[in-house]
Amino acid sequence: MLIIVCPFCGKRPEIEFTYGGQAHITRPERPSELDDQAWAEFLYMRSNTKGIHAERWRHARGCGRFFNALRDTTTDHFVATYRIDEPQPQIEQPAEPVPPP
Amino acid sequence: MPEQAAPLDDAAPPWPPLLAPATRFILHGNAAVRAAATAAWGVPFAEEACRARLLGSRATLWMGPDEYLLLDRAPAEAAGDTASGLERAMAGLDHALVDVSHRQVAVEINGAHAGHILNGGCPLDLDLKEFPVGMCTRTLFAKADIVLWRTAADAFHVEMWRSFGDYVRALLAEVARDC
Amino acid sequence: MSVLRTPGGGRVDRERSLQFNFDGKAYAALQGDTLASGLLANGVHLVGRSFKYHRPRGILSAGAEEPNALVTVNPGAPRDTPNVLATQVELYPGLRAISQHRWPSLQYDVGRVNDALSAFFPAGFYYKTFKWPQRAWKSVYEPAIRRAAGLGRAPATADPDRYAQRYAHCDTLVVGAGPAGIAAALAAADAGARVMLCDEQSEMGGSLLAETMARIDGVPALDWALRALATLAGNPRVTLLTRTTAFGYFPHNLLGLNQRLGDHRADPDPGQPRQRLWMVRARQVVLATGAIERPLVFPGNDRPGILLAGAARTYLNRYGVKVGVRVVVVTATDAAYQTALDLHAAGVAVAAIADVRAQPVGVLPDAVSRAGIEIMPAATVLGTRGDRRVSEISLGRVQGGMVRPAARLACDAVLMSGGYTPSVHLFSQSRGKLVWNESLLAFVPGLSAECERSAGACRGVGDLTAALEDGAAAGLAAAPDPVRGSWRPLPEAGTTGGCGWLGALPQPQTTATDKAFVDWQHDVTTRDLALAAREGFRSIEHVKRYTTTGMATDQGKTSNLNALSIVASGLGVPISQVGLTTFRMPYTPVPFGSFAGTSRGALFDPVRRTPMHHWAQARGAVFENVGLWKRARYFPRAGEDMHAAVARECRAVRSACGIFDATTLGKIEVVGADAVEFMNRLYVNSWTNLAVGRSRYGILLREDGFVYDDGVVARTAADRFHVTTTTGGAPRVLAMMEDYRQTEWPQLKVWLTSTTEQWAVIAVQGPNARRVIAPLVEGIDLGASALPHMAVARGRICGAPLLLFRVSFTGELGYEINVPADFGATVWEAVHAAGQAHGMTVYGTETMHVLRAEKGYIIVGQDTDGTVTPDDAGLSWAIGKSKADFVGKRSLERASMRAPTRKQLVGLRSRDGRTVLDEGAQIAALPGQQPPMQLIGHVTSSYYSAALDHPIALALVAGGRTRLGQTLYVPMPRGEIEVEVTPPVFYDPKGERLNA
Repeated sequence: MLIIVCPFCGKRPEIEFTYGGQAHITRPERPSELDDQAWAEFLYMRSNTKGIHAERWRHARGCGRFFNALRDTTTDHFVATYRIDEPQPQIEQPAEPVPPP
Repeated sequence: MPEQAAPLDDAAPPWPPLLAPATRFILHGNAAVRAAATAAWGVPFAEEACRARLLGSRATLWMGPDEYLLLDRAPAEAAGDTASGLERAMAGLDHALVDVSHRQVAVEINGAHAGHILNGGCPLDLDLKEFPVGMCTRTLFAKADIVLWRTAADAFHVEMWRSFGDYVRALLAEVARDC
Repeated sequence: MSVLRTPGGGRVDRERSLQFNFDGKAYAALQGDTLASGLLANGVHLVGRSFKYHRPRGILSAGAEEPNALVTVNPGAPRDTPNVLATQVELYPGLRAISQHRWPSLQYDVGRVNDALSAFFPAGFYYKTFKWPQRAWKSVYEPAIRRAAGLGRAPATADPDRYAQRYAHCDTLVVGAGPAGIAAALAAADAGARVMLCDEQSEMGGSLLAETMARIDGVPALDWALRALATLAGNPRVTLLTRTTAFGYFPHNLLGLNQRLGDHRADPDPGQPRQRLWMVRARQVVLATGAIERPLVFPGNDRPGILLAGAARTYLNRYGVKVGVRVVVVTATDAAYQTALDLHAAGVAVAAIADVRAQPVGVLPDAVSRAGIEIMPAATVLGTRGDRRVSEISLGRVQGGMVRPAARLACDAVLMSGGYTPSVHLFSQSRGKLVWNESLLAFVPGLSAECERSAGACRGVGDLTAALEDGAAAGLAAAPDPVRGSWRPLPEAGTTGGCGWLGALPQPQTTATDKAFVDWQHDVTTRDLALAAREGFRSIEHVKRYTTTGMATDQGKTSNLNALSIVASGLGVPISQVGLTTFRMPYTPVPFGSFAGTSRGALFDPVRRTPMHHWAQARGAVFENVGLWKRARYFPRAGEDMHAAVARECRAVRSACGIFDATTLGKIEVVGADAVEFMNRLYVNSWTNLAVGRSRYGILLREDGFVYDDGVVARTAADRFHVTTTTGGAPRVLAMMEDYRQTEWPQLKVWLTSTTEQWAVIAVQGPNARRVIAPLVEGIDLGASALPHMAVARGRICGAPLLLFRVSFTGELGYEINVPADFGATVWEAVHAAGQAHGMTVYGTETMHVLRAEKGYIIVGQDTDGTVTPDDAGLSWAIGKSKADFVGKRSLERASMRAPTRKQLVGLRSRDGRTVLDEGAQIAALPGQQPPMQLIGHVTSSYYSAALDHPIALALVAGGRTRLGQTLYVPMPRGEIEVEVTPPVFYDPKGERLNA
């Protein structure tokens, strides 16, 4: 069970959280103006990153807030968590494993 | 074939008893809303995450960045009037006030083993340094969502949705054997 | 007292003797004995038969690594526990145990014939042999193999015990309370850390419990250990857990610990848990898990009486048990010399020490020589004799690459030591990287993946002095505030040399007649491994699966490195290139009960009940599970089955009125200045023009355009909506709403609060509904024009605040009375009482389903399945046509979502007028097809309609709305049923009854 740092509540066990898929995918302002291809791209296409992956989590059994996280998919270690209204931190793949929080 | 696992026939009665009905509201809104609500509710709101404030029979509990639980140990009969008073105080400010007096039930767990008992289902570190008096949060007790609020070094106030009250208390009674 | 019991010393209680029973025979032992030491004290080595060849097997070890001595404790009794290690079973008066995997008895086992026929049981035998005919595998081969090969029998009765689980946190978790672990715990505690120290044994101290020579801090090592443990026990920030196995290392320093609380007691308290599963989250972990002595691989190395040298020392010094009266020691390290010295001092004849090293020198060999024990250098073992106990060993001498016979020695025990293998199981589970250390001949922890450090023998620091210092340093470094610590151990102990031997001992060129075992528990021999290499297996993972080496319940604790060495030499590559198989949890088996914990019986899941539950229960309601809720399904009267009860309830609602508990419907309060905008963006409907005091049937789609949920939505104020959801859908709808609110439209001034449990909801439905509630309701004009269908009003009822909906899920005149939950039961009883004058009948979910199906009202999740659009379900009318956008709208515009061939909701009527179709049954356009059939849809809801006196069904059928009046065919177990396609509304299609 991972430890995840909620940007609001701090370190909490994974069972308090739900996973929310890839982060930084914004719903188009005017979906009707998109052709089928572009809409399908938004709706279905997701990356399958090996390494640092930006993804959404929700502290569903805590403060209820969605937030974003950078997680190394090769180690399950969280490199950063940040609020929805914050930009993605620019973090390179760490050379050595990052200890958990 | 093995028999179905039977419920333990010496299950302890649910424990501890439910606290008396209380008045509860969920308030969403910003700092200005909270300031206005304080005037009507009589208790300030913690700006720090996961903290509660208590004054007399009334308390405010941080639930999320713009969400608070307002708790009054007085029963909910006058909840409508209290709500009206709060609404008047917050008039003109964007907010949401919802009466949830009947949504939740509560128990109090106290004694030297209170933390150990709760750790029979709650995954948080309840060491006094990590979870000090006045800290509150939504979390889990086994398969139920709870609100956990430490009211003293050896006392916790636990809120849960009313239909989970039997489960939480039956499980508390069971894990309390192991302390 | 047995001649094999020493006169004094050790950790057993000489004053408390006890009786136990093994395979039906009574034996005497002492309090503090394990089953293994108790048997050995009685001269019993033979405790089981081997897995494949049914060879007699004895106790090999004194600990968790034991591959042979698996027994069943309390056979046939409530605490029947198979597959436990005799080396870990603590004796109590009256304990009963039996050996496993032998037939008809341990002494005479028919399966022994497998040993004689072993040429026919090579590696991969099952894969090669039982391939044909395929059918025979299930019916003949597998059952026969299972009978012959299985371990203990699973108990046939429910487990009567309680099991506890507990979360715990600490600064420093130390796993293993041997010298390094105790030193680490002392150092960390001294630095102020919150420490947990766990050890799998009944007593902490590890190797120090059998130590007789070394001194620490000026006192004998064991005294030091006991004093140190007392110090730790007196520290309120330290938790000591004995009989507690750290069985798994999970991400972010979460360790699973299983503590045995009741297994060592003759009369465990039934009110207390038998075992407790700890889920420990540690800031820092110190692994001090020690090392496991490695057997030597030589022909006939598996006879009872052949055991690990260190185990023999443990039995002698800790339990006061001599494993034999005349022993031969075979070793590749100095450690076994200490065993020889201790046994010699205890009066056991040590016939010889056969040392595989050419020139054993040092303090211990010198001491052995002085004691007059013969040392045979450059030795090897050519074979052993003895049927159910070793009686003779043949030794050889290696000279110039040649092996010559050297001596045959009579003995009743052979003690072997191939060196020590660090216990890196937990480290490896933590995903730390192991590195091969050629000088230690061992894999040792390299780079950690967690906040963890290993200390002592588990990282190759086996020497007592070094292990203590290593432990203290690790403990200090693992404390949150390392500068505070000041404690350092002052050990005085001799160092021991020699790192051992890997793989098979040298043999003459001639083919040996007896097997040399590598994996005792799975009967894997040197020949099996060599065969695998010859047959082309290159990956150690493949060799493992092909030969099953290391795959038994002991996970190869004693065998892995020898196997690896043999495979490496077979492949002609260094061990470091062969790699290592994966270590998996659990380290030693953990009972299922521990994992289940309290999640059994009534505590398995929360059971959610409504405020009116007890009323329904008292009236004999039959309940069904809907999510975690218990809902009353129907209320049978004397002599009624479900069909009769539901038919009666249906008729009552249609002709008079019914009362129904609708409390479980999800409810969400949507509040804020932008509430209407939020609802417009989320739901397909248009909400702008919904007046305060009115409600509307709302449909929520996912972004892919498929129906996700539905429910009545009321506008209770300009900035406030009372949204209802399906019973099961409440949490996911709220989560979806929060997702859009927080992440897509954070600028909207709107907030969401679940009010599902705030309200008790009482549905009153039927032509008499108004007459029933009118006398009870205050402050609301119930007149048809004042409160028309879909109107909502606030008032009071029976003294409770009331939110009254005029809605119907039955097609009749109907109301839903919402009162705060505490008032639910009293208001329900008042309404029910008032209804008795008007023919009111209580009804359950089954009747609700029939009534709504008669009206063609869908249930999301039953009549929809995640591929149904609003149009498919016949609900296009609900979509706000002028809206530019809502969740799912763009997906609905895709051509395929509007194709006329999509499956559409229709009604079906059985042409025979009596057959109720199976829900889920498939539908064919043509009769009499053979598989593979052309299928065009399926039945989603199906009931017998009391009002219409014929069966009705809802179905999703390709192009269904163009097929009205057609005949379709529904294959059912009893034959094909002809059905007519109808509109989905069977009853009162004009909806006149609603507006009564």
